[in-house]
Amino acid sequence: MQFVVRIEIKLKESILDPQGQAVRGGLTSLGYKNVVDVHVGKYLELLIEGSKEQDEVERQVEEMCQRLLANPVIEDYSFQVESAGGIG
Amino acid sequence: MKFATITFPGSNCDQDVYFVTSNILKQPSAMLWHDEQFDLASYDCVILPGGFSYGDYLRSGAIARFAPIMERVIEYANNGGLVMGICNGFQILLEAGLLPGAMKVNQNLKFVCRYSKLAVVNNQTPFTNCCKAGELLSIPVAHGEGNYYIDRPGLELLQANNQVVLRYRDQQENPNGSVDNIAGICNQAGNVFGMMPHPERCAEAILGNNGTDGLKIFYSLLNYQQKESGAR
Repeated sequence: MQFVVRIEIKLKESILDPQGQAVRGGLTSLGYKNVVDVHVGKYLELLIEGSKEQDEVERQVEEMCQRLLANPVIEDYSFQVESAGGIG
Repeated sequence: MKFATITFPGSNCDQDVYFVTSNILKQPSAMLWHDEQFDLASYDCVILPGGFSYGDYLRSGAIARFAPIMERVIEYANNGGLVMGICNGFQILLEAGLLPGAMKVNQNLKFVCRYSKLAVVNNQTPFTNCCKAGELLSIPVAHGEGNYYIDRPGLELLQANNQVVLRYRDQQENPNGSVDNIAGICNQAGNVFGMMPHPERCAEAILGNNGTDGLKIFYSLLNYQQKESGAR
């Protein structure tokens, strides 16, 4: 069984995002003056293989985010786990 | 005083720190590679140097934090051992949870490499006892992710416990936008210390025109150790 996991990580809403501000400035200077906010984040894609059930994989990814992939002090994360088929 | 400097893949200030502890302080010094679980108990101070461990991938210090030797460093710190993290070393200590808070990208999005004026906020630590309270130190910074962040309650705790050790003199001197102009903090017990500026880069007069303020940090360690062994 294979699962594709798509993870998005970005700074918490309450924390000033200097990169997002700079990108917004760039868009504004190109004339896109209706852009009021930009957040720059990270996108990770994991391919997970094995006999785990979907909810087990979700628990495991949650743990990965907490321990390594995100820094919960400053970042929020969200993810989707999708079955990619395979035998089983 | 026995010093250990840890080298991670991508550390680039490890030799400089080692040079200061061995050639300038003339103390027994070792460089330890990250992927072995060395017994640190025989050392009096462990230093995590600056650089770009693991290419700063994901977040600065995030991957180094799980290097095998870090288990030993955490154990050593929890037993009261002196641990100092400089720049990337500071970032690793934050990721490891040995110090509170986190680092963000510099507010101006630039890698800033220049001398900075620091005010000594707490001179009652093993790392700053050779400085006067409020003394201004001139020590260079060189980082792209030194924008220290901690939430409001966390900051109040730091301030109440005198854990803010070094501040950039004012907003103008602050190279990265850090909360409360913070440049260096210690843990509540006072044995773990992290600072963004590089004291090892200004520890020898021959290196330049800005003096040897960095030596005051290293002399503080020696001074603390001497007092400790005298008290025993």
